[in-house]
Amino acid sequence: MRKLKEAVIEKTLLSSALVTIAVTAGIIVVLSIEAINFFREVSIIDFLTDTQWTPLFTDKHFGILPLLSGTLLTSFIAIVFAVPVGLSISIYISEYAPQSFRKTIKPALELLAAVPTVVYGFFALTVVTPFLQTFIPGLSSFNSLSAGLVMGIMIIPFISSLSEDALHAVPNSLREAGYGMGSTKLQNAFRILVPAASSGIIVSIILAISRAIGETMIVAIAAGQQPRLTLDPTVPVETITAYIVQVSLGDVQHGSLEYRTIFAAGITLFIFTFLLNTISYQIRKKFREKYE
Amino acid sequence: MNRIKKNRFKDQAFKLWGIFCTLLGIVLLSIFIGSILVDGIQRIDWDFITSLPSRKAERAGIYTALMGSVWILVLTTIIALPVGIAAAIYLEEYAKKNKLSSLLEINISNLAGVPSIIYGLLGLEIFVRVMQMGASVLAGSFTLALLILPIVIVSTREALKAVPKSIRDASFALGASKWQTVSRQLLPASSGGILTGIILALSRAVGETAPLIVIGALAYVPFAPESPMDEFSVLPIQIFNWISRPQHGFEINAAAAIIILLFITFVMNAIAVYFRNRWQSKFK
Amino acid sequence: MKENQDKIETPVRKKHKLQAKEVKVFYDDFMAIKGIDMNIRANKITAFIGPSGCGKSTFLRLFNRMNDYVDGFRMEGNILIDGENIYKKNINVEQLRKQVGMVFQKPNPFPKSIYENVAYGLKIQGIKDKSYLKDKVEDSLKQVGLWNEVKEDINKSALALSGGQQQRLCIARTLAVEPSIILMDEPTSALDPISTAKIEELIYELKQKYTIVIVTHNMQQAGRISDYTAFFYMGELIEYDKSKKLFTNPEKQQTENYITGRFG
Repeated sequence: MRKLKEAVIEKTLLSSALVTIAVTAGIIVVLSIEAINFFREVSIIDFLTDTQWTPLFTDKHFGILPLLSGTLLTSFIAIVFAVPVGLSISIYISEYAPQSFRKTIKPALELLAAVPTVVYGFFALTVVTPFLQTFIPGLSSFNSLSAGLVMGIMIIPFISSLSEDALHAVPNSLREAGYGMGSTKLQNAFRILVPAASSGIIVSIILAISRAIGETMIVAIAAGQQPRLTLDPTVPVETITAYIVQVSLGDVQHGSLEYRTIFAAGITLFIFTFLLNTISYQIRKKFREKYE
Repeated sequence: MNRIKKNRFKDQAFKLWGIFCTLLGIVLLSIFIGSILVDGIQRIDWDFITSLPSRKAERAGIYTALMGSVWILVLTTIIALPVGIAAAIYLEEYAKKNKLSSLLEINISNLAGVPSIIYGLLGLEIFVRVMQMGASVLAGSFTLALLILPIVIVSTREALKAVPKSIRDASFALGASKWQTVSRQLLPASSGGILTGIILALSRAVGETAPLIVIGALAYVPFAPESPMDEFSVLPIQIFNWISRPQHGFEINAAAAIIILLFITFVMNAIAVYFRNRWQSKFK
Repeated sequence: MKENQDKIETPVRKKHKLQAKEVKVFYDDFMAIKGIDMNIRANKITAFIGPSGCGKSTFLRLFNRMNDYVDGFRMEGNILIDGENIYKKNINVEQLRKQVGMVFQKPNPFPKSIYENVAYGLKIQGIKDKSYLKDKVEDSLKQVGLWNEVKEDINKSALALSGGQQQRLCIARTLAVEPSIILMDEPTSALDPISTAKIEELIYELKQKYTIVIVTHNMQQAGRISDYTAFFYMGELIEYDKSKKLFTNPEKQQTENYITGRFG
């Protein structure tokens, strides 16, 4: 009797765990079905090579490149800003800061990641853009620079926290060896600890990129809604995520081609983040084995 | 000697740079919150919280959005909690090292990195269309529950992992079954950590905007939801809607609503940190 | 006043390489070293022995200021090297550590190539001359008797070496920056007997050029290689004498108890 009860419980717990597989399967199936329907009407070559994205206009073009470039441009700005800052924070906190400071500052940094992204969007639109306009006169009210920078602030804690964990995990004997040789803290950090923690740091950066690519509200609010193939950070662009929001806000008929475009855009986004997440998982797994 | 002085100088310079970077984000955020407080605080009064949305900025309130957020929060918790905790228990205490468990492992880590808007697309197709829930509170809650599921699982596993192995050994040695050990020893011992993770997951859910927009939650709802099948709005969507209006009055409304949203988020985070500290000191 | 005191000591400089004066060490409220005076002679091997927690490692780490990174560390008294107070305000700690090398309990090579490990100390001083570095690396590896074993694999990872080889590499790394003092914190406790013998032999050779202070748990080792031995107990220096004298005819009962294995 007891055995039966235990077996039933185990199966129940297992089926809960299997829900997660169902979610992934669900995402893949849903995105694929609607995307396949989409590609019945639009050639995949046009999708990948056309330089215009105008599905909501009468002269329809379905080239993903403008949305992709908007996504990559905003993410690139965010990463270029957040990586040096986040990495410096992690080195400062793990190697320089006194313990007491470390204990108070870590939760404070984590708070940056807890702020809802719609709030960051408002910040970018109403504070950062007007501020930047004071010395970049040509800056449009919607632009990828401001959205990217604010997104950078948002992802700083992802980089600093994971990198700090990685630095912290470097055995203390290596730290002492470096100091014993007469290294300054800076030399120790960059010549010994950062290389030794490199896999953990790389993981943190990849996850941050994946996060930036999938971020929605900041870019939807502050970067604009004009799909355009450009590297100019001062003009409005549209990201994949912002496009999905734009369509969702309107009245789009289920089963129409417009409806399917958001799934085609979604599957593109999913593939990108899926690849990044998988790479980071593999590195993390290897890295864990190294220390165990 | 000169070289050494130069190295020392670089070292000190980096230290200052490190302090600057550490404070940068926090200071910027504080400035921003400060400016929002200046803009929005005088707009917050009882009327603002209890009024229905309106086309006129000065008459509009957040009542329906706030109630929508509360509904979403409660239903999301009810859906995500049992599944998430059960899955974590399975992975941490029952699963053997085999292909299935490593597949589950990779899968959960991947789900945690899927952009939230993708969950919106999933919810739109499965809950709104196929299961015909429409753009209801229930559909929104299911969508957000799936979104926070990986967070709940990961944090619950961390909490279970922190329980010393000696407790398991002691329980088994007294003849307890696996489930008895889990339910009577491990869950109570790890409850503080589990609670922390859940609160953090919910604070994420309360700030989510994009997936709910995708499933069709509305910016303008005249009444607060009264059943799980009702249409709804939530605070972040209300804010987003006000931000996109040109009139200055709505910008002030947005600032005021942001104060309330941030207040809720920060309080949840503070509670989570409190539980984490209390729980961690238990094991030391 | 202090400056004056330092000057009075100058006549003994040559003989006494390292000096501790009324040294007390605290970790927060806990007093780990309870007032030690000690002079350590140049070009000799001095061994620190004593039971675990007696303060001998803490005391050793005072000489290159490695305790500075320990939370709650505080020191009273003075430590002098060649008559100079190394805890005075404007001392350059990095410079000090080049002069005072350290070898740790567990071999801790950097996760880099053998070459990079030995060249590290020179490179952080800004030396870029390739041929100089190469010569210096070869020279240092020869001094520790590792050159013939690794000269083919100089660019391979140091982590591929055996434990004993790694420890000799760590010694070579220290020698490369030409210190005058080498501190060794139980350098053979993680090694097998054959590797231990090789390292002991090496330490014995090194005393021609260096002042060596070694912390050890192994009394046979202290007896075999050291000229002087200091016995520490509960944060105090109980007895300090020529090794021969201390091991055959100790003055203090506590020392005798310890070396005959009655405790510790």
